[in-house]
Amino acid sequence: MVGIVNYGAGNLYSVRMAIKNCGYESCLITGRGDAGEPDVLVLPGVGAFGDGMQNLRAGGLDVKIRKFIECGKPFLGICLGLQLLFPRSEESACGGLGILEGSVIRLPDTGDIDIPHMGWNEVDWIDEPGLFCGGIPRDACFYFAHSYHAAPEDRNVVAATTLYGRSFPSVLHYRNVTAVQFHPEKSGRHGLRFLHNFLEGAC
Amino acid sequence: MKRRIIPCLDVKDGKVVKGVHFENLEVAGDPVENASFYSKEGADELVFLDISATIEGRRTMANVVREVASVVFIPLTVGGGISDVKGIEEILQAGADKIGINTAAVRNPELVGEAAKKFGSQCVVVAIDAKKTGDGRWEVYIESGKTPTGRDAVEWAGEVESLGAGEILLTSIDRDGTQEGYDVDVTRAVSEKTGIPVIASGGAGTLDHLYDVLTDGKASAVLLASVLHFRKFSIGEIKKYLAGKNIPVTD
Repeated sequence: MVGIVNYGAGNLYSVRMAIKNCGYESCLITGRGDAGEPDVLVLPGVGAFGDGMQNLRAGGLDVKIRKFIECGKPFLGICLGLQLLFPRSEESACGGLGILEGSVIRLPDTGDIDIPHMGWNEVDWIDEPGLFCGGIPRDACFYFAHSYHAAPEDRNVVAATTLYGRSFPSVLHYRNVTAVQFHPEKSGRHGLRFLHNFLEGAC
Repeated sequence: MKRRIIPCLDVKDGKVVKGVHFENLEVAGDPVENASFYSKEGADELVFLDISATIEGRRTMANVVREVASVVFIPLTVGGGISDVKGIEEILQAGADKIGINTAAVRNPELVGEAAKKFGSQCVVVAIDAKKTGDGRWEVYIESGKTPTGRDAVEWAGEVESLGAGEILLTSIDRDGTQEGYDVDVTRAVSEKTGIPVIASGGAGTLDHLYDVLTDGKASAVLLASVLHFRKFSIGEIKKYLAGKNIPVTD
C-alpha cells in the first residue's frame, strides 16, 4: 500500500491516478486515524513552502513523516515534497522538515531565463544508469514547474542535476529517501515508468 | 529548455466541440478520447477551454478534468469562466495542474495574487486576448474577445507577472482562426516585457508560423487548435520540423 500525504497542496488526484496506472493501491494519509501503515510514503505537492509546511504541522503530519522515514521504509518526495525535506527555504521564514541538510534557494534571476522553470527538461544522472531509470532513454525529458530548488550540504545526496540558468540538483537520494524536483505523475510515459520502477523496488 | 506544443480543446457542457477530425470522420466529442489521442501523439501539455454558457455546464467541467486526469499524465490547464478561488480549487482538485483566468483577472486583479499565494504561481496562467490598435500597440479584450478594456496588453502582462502569474497565454484576436500566422510582434513584446513563459496562440496555419513565433516571437510554447483538429499536420510532424531547424522539442 502506497500512502500519499494529504496536506492540501494540490494535485493529489493525479498522483493517485499515476500510482494506480502503475498497478499499485494507494491511500491518503491525513492527520487523523489512518487506515494502517503504508509500505511506501509519497509526499507530493505544488505551491508555496510556507503554506505547505504549516499545513503539515497543523495535521501533525510532520511528525508522521519523520517517524516513517526513521523506520527505514521507502519515501518519495515530489516537487514541493522534495523542498520540504530541508530545514529552510528562501521562499519563506517558516522552517521545513529538516530531514536533509542544506537549504532551498531561488533559481537565478539572470534575466535570460523565465521563472518559474516550467516545462520539459532533461535530467543528467550522476551515475549511469540513472536511479529507477530502467526502460527510460538517457535523454528523456521530465516535466518541471518550480521557482526554487534544493541546495543540499552533502553533494553525495545528489543523484541527478538539471540545467536551467544553472545546474541544480533535480533528484536526491539518501538512504531510504528519494526526492525529485520534476513531476513523474505529469511526465508522460517516462514519468510513469520512473514511478513504476520506484514502486516496484519499494513495494 | 524544450519548446512546448500544446493542443487546445474547447469543451461545452462536458463535450469537446471542434474535436479531432480523422479525414472526413468527426470523432465524437469525448474529452478522454481527444486527450488520449493528443497525448499519444506527443503533446507536451493540454489546454481545455470551457465554453459552457450555463452553470450546469461548468459543473460538468470538473468531471471532465477528473476523467481525463485518470488516464492522461501530462500537464492539464483549464480555463473559461473561472472567477474565484473556490472555482480554482475545484478544478485543481479534479486533477488540473493550472488554471487559466482572463476576464476575472481584469475585473479582479487581486484574484491573481490570491490564487498564486494559495496554489503557487506555477498554477496560475493569465490568458490575455489582445487586439492590435496601432503600431506596436495592442488592447486587452475580455468576455471572449467581445469587450475592450482600454488596457494596454503589454503593460497588463507586466502587471499580472508582478501580481504572481506564472505563465501568460497570449491570444491574438486579429489572427485567431485565420491560419495566417501568429502575431509575432505582440508575442515578442510580451515575452520581452515579462520574465515568465509566454504561450503564443491564434493564427497557426503552417509549420513556418510555429518556427517564427518560437524564434522571433520568443514564445516558450505554442497553442494549436484547428490545424491539429483538422489534421493539417500532426504533433509528430511539428516536432520533426522544429527539431530539424534546431528548435529544442521533446522526443
